[in-house]
Amino acid sequence: MFEELPSPYGFPLLSVILFLPLLGAMALWPQRDAGLMKKFALGVAGLELILSAILLYRFIPESAAMQFSERLRWIPDLGISYHLAVDGISVLFVPLSAFIMVLVMLSSWDGVRDNVKPYLMSLLALETTIMGIFVSIDLILFFVFWELMLVPSYFLIKLWGVGEHREDAALKYVLYTLLGSVFMLVGFALLSLNYHHVRDVYSFDFLELLTVSVPVSDQLIIFWLIFMGLAFKAPMFPFHSWLPDALVQGPIGMSVVLAGIKLGTYGFLRFSFPLLPEASTHATVVAVVTGLALVAIVWGAIVAIIQSDFRRLLVFSSISHLGFVVLGLFSLNFQGVQGGLLQMINLGFTTAGLFFFAGFLYDRLGHTLVERCGGLASKVPWLATALLIIGMASIGLPGTNGFIGEFLVLLGAFQAYWVYGVVAVSGVIFAAAYFLWFYERAVFGPLGTMVPRVLPDLTPRESGIAVALCVMIFWIGLYPSPFLRTMNGSVQAVVDRLSRGAVAHRAQDRMAQSHVVDHEPVGKVD
Amino acid sequence: MIPLSAYVTLSVILFMTGLLGVLIRRNFIIVLMSVEIMLNAANINLVAFSHYLESMAGQMAALFVIAIAAGEAAVGLAIIIVVFRGNISTNVDQINLLKW
Amino acid sequence: MSDLLVLLIPVLPLIAALVNGLLGHRYAPALAARVAVGAVGLSFLCTIAILAGVLSDPTPREVIAYAWIVGGELHVNLGFLIDPLTTVMLMVVTGVGLLIHVYSIGYMQGEAGMTRFFVYMNLFMVSMLLLVMGNNFLVLFIGWEGVGLCSYLLIGYYFNRVSAAKAATKAFVVNRIGDAGFLIAIFLVFVNFHTLDYLTVFARASELSTATATAIALCLLVGAVGKSAQIPLYTWLPDAMEGPTPVSALIHAATMVTAGVYMVVRSHAFYDMAPAALATLGMIGGLTALFAATIGLVQHDIKRVLAYSTVSQLGYMFLACGVGAYSVAIFHLVTHAFFKALLFLSAGAVIHSLAGEQDIRKMGGLSRKIPVTHAVFLIGVLAIAGIPPLAGFWSKDEIMVHAFAHHQYALYLMAAAGVLLTSFYMFRLTYVTFYGPSRVAPDVEPHIHESPPVMTVPLIILAGLSVFGGLLGGPPAHFFQGFLESVTMPLGAVSPVEDLGDVGVALLVVSVVIALCGWGLAHYLYAIRPGVADDWSERYAGVYRMLLNKYHVDECYDAMVVEPVKRLGRLWDWIDRRIIDRVVTGVGHGANVGGAGATWAEKYVIYWGLNVVGYTSHCVAWSWRKLQTGLVNHYATVIVIGLFLLVHVLLVWFTSTSVL
Repeated sequence: MFEELPSPYGFPLLSVILFLPLLGAMALWPQRDAGLMKKFALGVAGLELILSAILLYRFIPESAAMQFSERLRWIPDLGISYHLAVDGISVLFVPLSAFIMVLVMLSSWDGVRDNVKPYLMSLLALETTIMGIFVSIDLILFFVFWELMLVPSYFLIKLWGVGEHREDAALKYVLYTLLGSVFMLVGFALLSLNYHHVRDVYSFDFLELLTVSVPVSDQLIIFWLIFMGLAFKAPMFPFHSWLPDALVQGPIGMSVVLAGIKLGTYGFLRFSFPLLPEASTHATVVAVVTGLALVAIVWGAIVAIIQSDFRRLLVFSSISHLGFVVLGLFSLNFQGVQGGLLQMINLGFTTAGLFFFAGFLYDRLGHTLVERCGGLASKVPWLATALLIIGMASIGLPGTNGFIGEFLVLLGAFQAYWVYGVVAVSGVIFAAAYFLWFYERAVFGPLGTMVPRVLPDLTPRESGIAVALCVMIFWIGLYPSPFLRTMNGSVQAVVDRLSRGAVAHRAQDRMAQSHVVDHEPVGKVD
Repeated sequence: MIPLSAYVTLSVILFMTGLLGVLIRRNFIIVLMSVEIMLNAANINLVAFSHYLESMAGQMAALFVIAIAAGEAAVGLAIIIVVFRGNISTNVDQINLLKW
Repeated sequence: MSDLLVLLIPVLPLIAALVNGLLGHRYAPALAARVAVGAVGLSFLCTIAILAGVLSDPTPREVIAYAWIVGGELHVNLGFLIDPLTTVMLMVVTGVGLLIHVYSIGYMQGEAGMTRFFVYMNLFMVSMLLLVMGNNFLVLFIGWEGVGLCSYLLIGYYFNRVSAAKAATKAFVVNRIGDAGFLIAIFLVFVNFHTLDYLTVFARASELSTATATAIALCLLVGAVGKSAQIPLYTWLPDAMEGPTPVSALIHAATMVTAGVYMVVRSHAFYDMAPAALATLGMIGGLTALFAATIGLVQHDIKRVLAYSTVSQLGYMFLACGVGAYSVAIFHLVTHAFFKALLFLSAGAVIHSLAGEQDIRKMGGLSRKIPVTHAVFLIGVLAIAGIPPLAGFWSKDEIMVHAFAHHQYALYLMAAAGVLLTSFYMFRLTYVTFYGPSRVAPDVEPHIHESPPVMTVPLIILAGLSVFGGLLGGPPAHFFQGFLESVTMPLGAVSPVEDLGDVGVALLVVSVVIALCGWGLAHYLYAIRPGVADDWSERYAGVYRMLLNKYHVDECYDAMVVEPVKRLGRLWDWIDRRIIDRVVTGVGHGANVGGAGATWAEKYVIYWGLNVVGYTSHCVAWSWRKLQTGLVNHYATVIVIGLFLLVHVLLVWFTSTSVL
């Protein structure tokens, strides 16, 4: 994790990936023709996808090193730099985000008719900020992108949302996330102060911060501060109430991005675990976070069962899935962390895919209410089939990507503490119940009375989206080892760091115990 | 060889003349001329020291001062003309537009 | 035999499914059917080649396709294990599967979505083959859930029917409960062995403590109970009869539902070490065998009777496992696959000839109109009822002998009672369907016809297998059990079978007598005195109604599990909307109130303070502004004075000597 490899041939690939969408957005400014703008934006997104595929291709798997590193001084007095790099944890998110963005462009090709130019510009700007979140390893740079992301998101929800309360939803989303990130910024600042305490200079550089140790009591405070920021964004169980609003009221593209690209949980793996290993393995922390995750799994799935709106169902299913991710990460063992990370990637195909399909249904029916569907399979067989495939992946059917992720997560949780595994497994049952019950009512059964007589099946563009998603679902499901190998090195490094944290705890406990046995005053221990 | 002190003395005399002119005389144009005299006193000083220290910097500064003095004279005269056109006066005592 | 052959077995149907699925809408369903059947036929040929190899050399052989999940300690290959047990299962799956595929060509003729049907069937074959061929628990699990998915799709084949859609969901969700147990078992295995490969795990199984082995065995049992429709998770199987009849034959009788038995036999190493789990297994099997048979007594739907008989027969297999007679369980699995597939397919032929009628009260007297179907159905009934020398007799008798030999007399009695009931309800079915006066609806009557050869030929082949299949494992040679012995030999806790000698022969006779009693009773009630059965059902109306309503188990589950979960969901949804969201909104409102307060404070406190400062400075300024004369020379004078003072101060400062 400490090792840094520069970009091959000195080509600043990450910077190009980072700023290409933004430049594309700027280049859209003078254009007039809506059709041309769409093609141009799609071209930019496609180029981005190609570049990120090259990134993945040139990435050295089974390595913990920070690769494609680029570094420029930004605010040297505070130790803030423009520092980009990817490792096994973040590298997969770059092509994933690019992939989702291409699909979002395609899916909203005909759907968005008003203000096409600002819509496309917002999407491209959003892409830049998301890329920024994944490639920056300077805490302040990360934070800047983290906050900047809110700007295009806000406008996307507010201006192109489909619900009646989209303005409230947009505001709620922004305020919530801002509230969390304030805490996170304080946490980052404390980290830097601690660094200053040791080295006499400030630094916000992730790799620099890794080199100094943080006292455990401080770690706990910093952990909870950063946790607030990440939990609000993720969103974890009690902090989720912006999610139903934002995802149901917002445009489909935004729902896809928010549900498919797991920024919050990424933050745990990127910053909390390596920087705060003792806090992350602290018994109370693990118990609280895992408890929240388990509640989210079961609670989300059960609430999803009775939802009558497909999109709201997906919201709760995505909260449930997020619980799996957090559970995996906080198993703190290799399988769990690997599974959690893979599951984050998977959700970009499954949950995001289901949101695409909610969008397809919305385009056709003008709503996504289950009671007003029924018997869709006879009208739109291909749509029904693809929906079933993605849904099955989402509930973790073996052979699809969802299974690999869920299996690893559950295995990790089981290894950590068997009760966690057993409770979480019940989520798998409820997942089958909510998806299949929805499918039974909406897609199977006799043709609903409120379903329009004329209902076109998948258009070529939509088929393209469905096929792309299915290919990824089966690829990861049947041959996941390339993806797993990509992340293994870094996952191992994180787990090693965490286990050192755990060892420190044990040593401390032992010391405390031995002193209690020796009847020595406790004060001496410290 | 004229000693440096002679130049400085001349300069002081000229400067004091100009200063008194500015402070005492009422006519705007004469005030302006006095300002020019003060600038020239400064110029003499600059050139003298330049020669004494064998550095061209002073003479350069003097050239600048001359140029600025020209500009200043032009601007000053322009202001006088404007004021005069406004039927006020060229008497400094009566021009108190800056009051409060 | 090469590795390629092994790989081809599951890959061929997969290719067929992909081709038909993606391109099937471009060509005629008949071609799709041929592709599908051809693929399964080729798989069957490969299986025969492998069988030949295994017969000559039964040592287990692993074929690794590729590394599937890698990372840390976990390394799972997508690999296959070829040993006698796998080979037997392969023969059943591809052989019976092929016959049912062929039959389906006739049965599904003219159905809308025939291509879809064959895609699902082929996918099912792929999953089932993965299930029986996998070399580790995770590959087994892919197949395990894969067959569940295909079962879901095929039960919901007539998806426009609400009942079919509901049955499909129910089947999948109930199976998922079992799958959850299976997953936990897999975790336990991994935690204890750090691998999931059969050969390693079973070789080291004896390292386990009894408690751990029991835990693993019980969790596996939960999975097996779900998949093989045992108490308490059997309720999905009768509902699954909503699917087309070949599906019921293939999935819900011959192959998928026996996966639980296969899995138990495959992992018998754990059960051997866990007597408690073994006892539970046997008890579940025995109870299910009896319980399902009682429900089967009174059902009116021909397929439902067969479904309950399937549940009951699966109970026999579990019972056999429960007494450690694993190879016998597999033997019964094989014979059951033959005769139950036969029964379902011939029932399908009956339904086909009656244009979809499934209620046996609207049949009767069919034996003359569809003689071939009648003949093969009768063979199937004789086989399942346990009449010698047909297949079912041998395998069921073996089970009972083993139960007796292990001194499990309770299980023996359950099995014996089950034989009586089975014999009774199967012959009841036969009498009501094929004999007596015709009760067929008048508009259907003229159209009753024998099925085409594409359907009858598989029936005849299956009938042949039902007749002779039992000889494979019957006494005295027990060839079948010998073949499987290397895999299924019980370890440790289970004692070997004593040679029963004459007692064995006596048991044989007893079971034949019991079966004949069942037949006799059915003959009396439905052929000699047809009115008596109705009398009885009125006289014992309570019992009759209880049986007819399947002991109200479905209603109980609905009331105890499904509804509470939904209510919980509604409650939590309400909490989410009303409380969590309200809290958030409350915080927002609090912020609003705070904002109002802050505005007031700003207006009346801060501004006021600022105004005080402002007015004060204004007053001060008023008194001092006279200094601003506006006269340039005044200002110049001040500047000069200031300049002098400044120069003076500076000189004092830097030189410490006063100029003046």
